[in-house]
Amino acid sequence: MKSIIRRLTLTAAALAALTAVPAFAQNKVVLGVAIPAATHGFTGGIVFWANQAKKDLEKANPGLKVIVKTAANAAEQANQLQDLMAVSKINTLVVFPFESAALTKPVTEVHNKGVYVTVVDRGLTDTSAQDAYVSGDNTAFGKIPAEYLAKVMNGKGNLVAMRGIATTLDNERMDAFNGVLKNYPEMKLLDAKYANWNRDDAFKVMQDYLTRFKEIDAVWAADDDMAVGVLKAIDQSKRTDIKIVFGGAGAKGMIKTLIDGKDPRIQANVSYSPKFMYDAIKLTAEARLKGEKLPATYIIPSVLITKENASKFYFPDSPF
Amino acid sequence: MPPAPTSAPVSGPSPGQTPGQSPAGASRLAQLVQQIGPLLGLVLLCIAGTVLNPDFATTDNILNVLTRTAFIGIIAVGMTFVIISGGIDLSVGSMAALIAGSMILLMNTISGSLGSPYLVVGIGIAFALLLGALFGLAHGLLITKGRIEPFIVTLGTLGIFRAYLTYFANGGAITLDNAVSDIYSPVYYGSVLGLPIPIWVLLLMAVAGGVVLNRTRYGRYVQAIGSNEQVARYAAVEVDRIKILTYVVLGLCVGVATVLYVPRLGSASPTTGLLWELEAIASVIVGGTALKGGEGKIAGTVIGAILLSVISNILNLTSIISVYLNAAVQGVVIIIVAFLQRSRR
Repeated sequence: MKSIIRRLTLTAAALAALTAVPAFAQNKVVLGVAIPAATHGFTGGIVFWANQAKKDLEKANPGLKVIVKTAANAAEQANQLQDLMAVSKINTLVVFPFESAALTKPVTEVHNKGVYVTVVDRGLTDTSAQDAYVSGDNTAFGKIPAEYLAKVMNGKGNLVAMRGIATTLDNERMDAFNGVLKNYPEMKLLDAKYANWNRDDAFKVMQDYLTRFKEIDAVWAADDDMAVGVLKAIDQSKRTDIKIVFGGAGAKGMIKTLIDGKDPRIQANVSYSPKFMYDAIKLTAEARLKGEKLPATYIIPSVLITKENASKFYFPDSPF
Repeated sequence: MPPAPTSAPVSGPSPGQTPGQSPAGASRLAQLVQQIGPLLGLVLLCIAGTVLNPDFATTDNILNVLTRTAFIGIIAVGMTFVIISGGIDLSVGSMAALIAGSMILLMNTISGSLGSPYLVVGIGIAFALLLGALFGLAHGLLITKGRIEPFIVTLGTLGIFRAYLTYFANGGAITLDNAVSDIYSPVYYGSVLGLPIPIWVLLLMAVAGGVVLNRTRYGRYVQAIGSNEQVARYAAVEVDRIKILTYVVLGLCVGVATVLYVPRLGSASPTTGLLWELEAIASVIVGGTALKGGEGKIAGTVIGAILLSVISNILNLTSIISVYLNAAVQGVVIIIVAFLQRSRR
C-alpha cells in the first residue's frame, strides 16, 4: 500500500516537474494551506475563511497561488503535506495541525526543504519547525467573560459554567476564568461540567443545574453552541433568576441576537473567530510576496463584543 | 416513580410455543432474575440519587430525565427488533442527524410558499418518517439481498449520513425558521395530562413494540430468525422479508425520535445524534437482550435507556466525583447492571 502511494507520488512529482518548471517564475509564491475538514461549526468556519482568503488574495496578487487542502485526520494531513511538496511545489505553507504531536515530524520535513512555515492555532511540539505561529487567545477567552460578569454583577452572585471537551485549550480558558474570580470572593462558581461544545449536552447539563440550584444569576456557557442549549433549557423551566448568559467565539447567530437585542440575557460575547485562518494566510502571503518575515508569534487578540462593536464581528456568509 | 408502568403491560412471559426457546421451567427463575435485573439496578440508582441530592426525586427532574430519554428509548425499541433478529445498526445517530437536517431544510423551503405553518410541520413530520423508513429499507436490502454483514453496511452509512449532513450544513448548523419553530416546539415542550408528549410517544412505542414482539406472528419470526436462521428458513419463514422489515421498523423509530428532537433546539448540526448508536445498543443489551440475538424484552430496553440517562443526571446533580471521571462511573454502572441480569450461557 505504502509503496504504491509512494510510486504514485513519485510519478506525479515527475510529471509535475516536467510540466511546471518552465512556468515557475522567480518571486512567485505558491502557498499551501493544510487544515482540518469541516466536521463542526468551528472547523466549518476555518474551511470557509481559508477559501475566502484564497479568493481575495489571488485576485489581489497575480504572483500568488493558494492551494487549500482539508484533512479528516492526522494521517491524511501528513500525506497532503507530502503531496503539496511533491506535486504542487509549494514554497510557503500555512498549516492548522490536526494534532500537535502527530504533525510535528511531517511539518519539520517540509520546513527542512526550505519551505516557509506558518503554524496556526494548535502549536507543534517542536517549535523549531515553524517560522511563525498565529493563534487565538484562549486566556483572554476565559478572562474577558469573567471580568465582564464581575463588572455587571457588581462583584457578587451565583454562577454556573459549561466546559467544552477536556483539552489543554479548555483548561487554559477555565483557569483564566477562575483566576479572575479569585479577586471577587462574593462571586460564587457553583459548578462547571463538561457539555462537549455541543447544544444537546449543554441543554441537559443546564436542566440539571436548574434542578439543583435555586438561585443562579449568570451562566458562562463558554461557547455559542452551548449557549443555544442553555437558553432553551432556561426557557423551558420558565425561570427568571438568570440575568446573563455569556457564550463565546462569536457565532453568527449569537452576534445577530446581540445586534438585534432580541434576548435580554445575551448582552456580550468574546471573539475567537475562525477568521484568524484568513488573517494567518493573508499575513503570510503578503510578507512572503514582499520577501519579509512574520513576527515569530502572532496572537490574534480575543476582544469583548458588545452591542456597540458587534457589527464588526458579524459575517452572515460564514457557516459559523 | 414513573418508570414502572412500562414494565407491566408488555413483559408477560412468552408462550411456550416460541421457537428456539429452551424448555419452560428450568429457565423460569433465570428469566425472572433477568427480567428484574435492570429494574433492580434502576431502583438502586434512584435511591442513591435521592440520597445524594433530594432534588432528584422531584417531579420536574423525573419528567426532565424521562423526556430526554425519549429519543434514545424510541430508537432502542426499534434496535431491540434488529438485535433480536441477529442484526445490528450502527448508523442510527447519523441517520437521526441527517433526517433532522433534511427535514429542517424542507420545512424552511416550503414555509415561504405554503400559507399554513401547521401544514408545513405536518409535511415535515411525514417526510421525516418516510426518510427513516427508506433508509431502513436500504439497509435491509443491502443486508439480505446484497448479502453484506449488517455491521459493515451500517458502518458505511454511518459515515455517509453524517457526511451529507455536514455537507448540507456547510460544517455549521441548520436552523429552523422561527415562525415554524414556534408552532412546532410544543411537540417537545408540550404536555398532555401532565406528561410531556415525548414520554407519551415513548410509552406508546414501547407498548406497541412489546405487543408486536410477543403477541404476533411477525414477532415470533423475528425471535426465531435470531435463534437459528437456518431452522427458520427450513420452517418456511420468509427470512429476508422479516429481516428487511426489522430495519424498516428501526428506521421508522429513528424518524419518530427525530420528529421529537427537532423542536427541542430547532436545529441540526454535525454533533447532532453523536454516539446515539452506542447509547441505543447499550440500552438494549443492559435491558437483557442477547447481543447474539434470539431473545429480548422491550420493557428491559426502555428501563435500560432510562438507567443510562439517570446516571448522567445524578452526576450532574452532584459534584462529589471529579468531572473527569464521569464516563468511568457510567461504565461501572453499566457493567454492574449487566452482571445483575446475566442469566444463561
